[in-house]
Amino acid sequence: MKYLHLVWAALRRRKVRTGLTLLSIVVAFLLFGLLESVNSVFGEAGHTVGSAHRLITISRTGLFTPMPISLEAQIRAVPGVEAVTGYTFFGGSYQNPKQVIGSMFAVGRNFFSLYPELKVAPAALRQFDATQTGAIVGAALAQRYHWKVGEQIPIKAMIYPRKGGSYTWTFDLVGIYHARSPFEEQDFLLRLRYFNEAAAFGNNRVGLFVEKIGNPQGASGVAAAIDALSNNSGHETKTQSDSAFAVDFLSQFVDIGLIMHAIMGAVFFTLMLLTGNTMAQAVRERTGELAVLKTLGFTNGTVLSLVLAESVLLVVLGGALGLGAAALAVHLLQHQIGAALPMMPVGGAIWLRGGTLMLLIGLLVGALPARRGMRLRIVDALAGR
Amino acid sequence: MLKRMLSGLGVAVAVIGAVALTLVLPWMIIGALVMLLGLWLALTRMGRLSGSVTASGMATLPQRWGGASVVIVGIAGVVGVLVALLAMASGYQATFQATGSADRAIVLRSGAISESSSNLDQASVMLIGQKPQVAHDASGAPLISPEVVVAASLSKKGSGRDGSVTIRGVGARVWAVRSGVKLIAGRRFTPGMRELDAGRGAVREFRHTSIGSSVTINGQPWKVVGEFAHAGAHDSELWGDVNMVATAFHRGASVQSVTVRLTGAQAIGAFKAALASDPRLKVQAQTTRAYYAKQSKSMTRVIRVLATVVGAIMAIGAMAGALNSMYAAVAARTREVATLRAIGFRGGVVVFSILAETLLLALGGGIVGAVVAWVLFHHFTASTMGPNFSAVVFQFRVTPTLIGKGLKWALAIGFVGGLFPALRAARMPVTDGLREL
Repeated sequence: MKYLHLVWAALRRRKVRTGLTLLSIVVAFLLFGLLESVNSVFGEAGHTVGSAHRLITISRTGLFTPMPISLEAQIRAVPGVEAVTGYTFFGGSYQNPKQVIGSMFAVGRNFFSLYPELKVAPAALRQFDATQTGAIVGAALAQRYHWKVGEQIPIKAMIYPRKGGSYTWTFDLVGIYHARSPFEEQDFLLRLRYFNEAAAFGNNRVGLFVEKIGNPQGASGVAAAIDALSNNSGHETKTQSDSAFAVDFLSQFVDIGLIMHAIMGAVFFTLMLLTGNTMAQAVRERTGELAVLKTLGFTNGTVLSLVLAESVLLVVLGGALGLGAAALAVHLLQHQIGAALPMMPVGGAIWLRGGTLMLLIGLLVGALPARRGMRLRIVDALAGR
Repeated sequence: MLKRMLSGLGVAVAVIGAVALTLVLPWMIIGALVMLLGLWLALTRMGRLSGSVTASGMATLPQRWGGASVVIVGIAGVVGVLVALLAMASGYQATFQATGSADRAIVLRSGAISESSSNLDQASVMLIGQKPQVAHDASGAPLISPEVVVAASLSKKGSGRDGSVTIRGVGARVWAVRSGVKLIAGRRFTPGMRELDAGRGAVREFRHTSIGSSVTINGQPWKVVGEFAHAGAHDSELWGDVNMVATAFHRGASVQSVTVRLTGAQAIGAFKAALASDPRLKVQAQTTRAYYAKQSKSMTRVIRVLATVVGAIMAIGAMAGALNSMYAAVAARTREVATLRAIGFRGGVVVFSILAETLLLALGGGIVGAVVAWVLFHHFTASTMGPNFSAVVFQFRVTPTLIGKGLKWALAIGFVGGLFPALRAARMPVTDGLREL
């Protein structure tokens, strides 16, 4: 630690070069932060508070193929299932066809007890139970359209007409729920009971069942028991864990992970080359100085660690600035432009991965120049050979 | 002091102008400029001097390969990522463009934005088929195909994981309505039977979809009897009889859309008007070309924006790398440059030689990046979730336009990365330079 000023002075020796190298490190880690923020939506999908205790049942035929609601009572009776709720995809638009509300669901009354990570006030929940046309929406969605509790919201349904043929459904907003990130606050939830009574078709069929199980270790057995209920019927089901379901669903959009990793690979390869080149230059220039340090009694080990410290400091400094910028950018993007962006806030996990990467890259690019510094022979170096 | 500030401002304006110009100018004009430059180099004294100084500078490149490779690799990275992402967008878009045509129309319930949010009853289907703009086959039957689109889970060939495939229930005359779809093996499905024809893309992606095998849907086996090819999105679909598919998926008697073959591309206006003026119908029509272009628009835009943002961020990094390397190169050649200036070479010649060197390195990097993107990603087959919540298989397309765009980015980065070091070299007092070790 006492040599910090020495390392710092070495970095300040060529301000333009240090500044430019810093800039490219900042940029690399900014990109790393942004891509990881998108990536963790995919990685952490389904890894929420209640998810280990949750199973999802869909039709074996495919997502959004409706199943009879009568299955709900049968599933409830399966040993190991503590609670179950069915819900169905609704889908509609607000004011004009362009403002599509993508995740609109007709949900059963105990929906929120199966998703404890969605926080909603008990009073709002009672109101939801009591109001036939009630709706609860995510905070980010409400903010986007400036909806207030108590307001009536006319929605043009994408698929389901009401009895009588009209596609316009009017809902009373009774509550707003909050979640970890704006990305999860996009749902518009209406009552399944209202849907079953008022829809012209599609009644008494649901697209998904969600089950709460007591013991996550027994999940596969419970899932098999649920699927056995409908074996050889016209509506066979497929039950899997919440996270497996999310991975299945998301993996259908191009292999996002592969592309992200390819980009990051290109970025960091370039970064290593650049920083490595800078460090090599820095050590070559200072050959004489390093020799003087050794003459003064600095050991080989100290010179080695001085150079390593310099490169690590440079990378960590740039990396921290870059990740900070990424965190700020994600925050601004979500709160200013659109909360629907599939991005998670830059959190502890990303900082941890980023920090490890910084140290690793710092040590790696410093290694060769540092070895050169350590092996320096005083006589040769001072003579300029 | 004021003079220095003004010249700084001038440089900044020149940089922004040149970068903007490079990105906007068509290749024709850039080519013409390069020709002019070549003439200048060959024919004028100043040009020949600049050329020889550039050549002698380039001769020292092998001694500073570290710096040169930073420029090349940095720029190659930017261009590679940019071209690959843009190739993905253009491949996706091309698939949908090839799906539509100007003389086919798709009729949806009015207000519906896609097939999956539309439904039409049998009476409407009949009425739509009676409009005079609909083409007829030899037997006098209207060329219409009432359709339903559903998604089914099948296991994928590679991972074994379940993926969604589009099953399209189509009318018996679909082969005449959508004439872009060609049967390449087997036979057409028989109406009234549980038979399917599979698109080539679907066969490649999913298990049990080759001719002779059977796919189990809702507990019932469907036999695959034929395989078809299509340049567009239908290539990733399975086709069966509309009534059988609707029954299997509990759709009842209604369909989602009707695709009609018009008497000609100019008939669309009259067809729309005929539908609108019929009080029994609540439907809207558009050409399939317009419809599929709309379906791919948002996804294409998202990928393009992503490409530009990621490319721009990476470009800043590459620019910093290029600046660093070129400053180092200038520093290493301080004495050489000062000597040139002392024996009478102008500052302009020095600026030109360093700028030209950086641009050549940048161009090299751009070509490397474009070649890598082409080798890795041209015709790279990917699948993604399409508008009907099921797989759309498409191929990346690395087109000359995209490569051109990537090279322009490379030149713009090289220009900025070379200009400032070049100016520093030219402005250095000759006496200081000569004293430098």
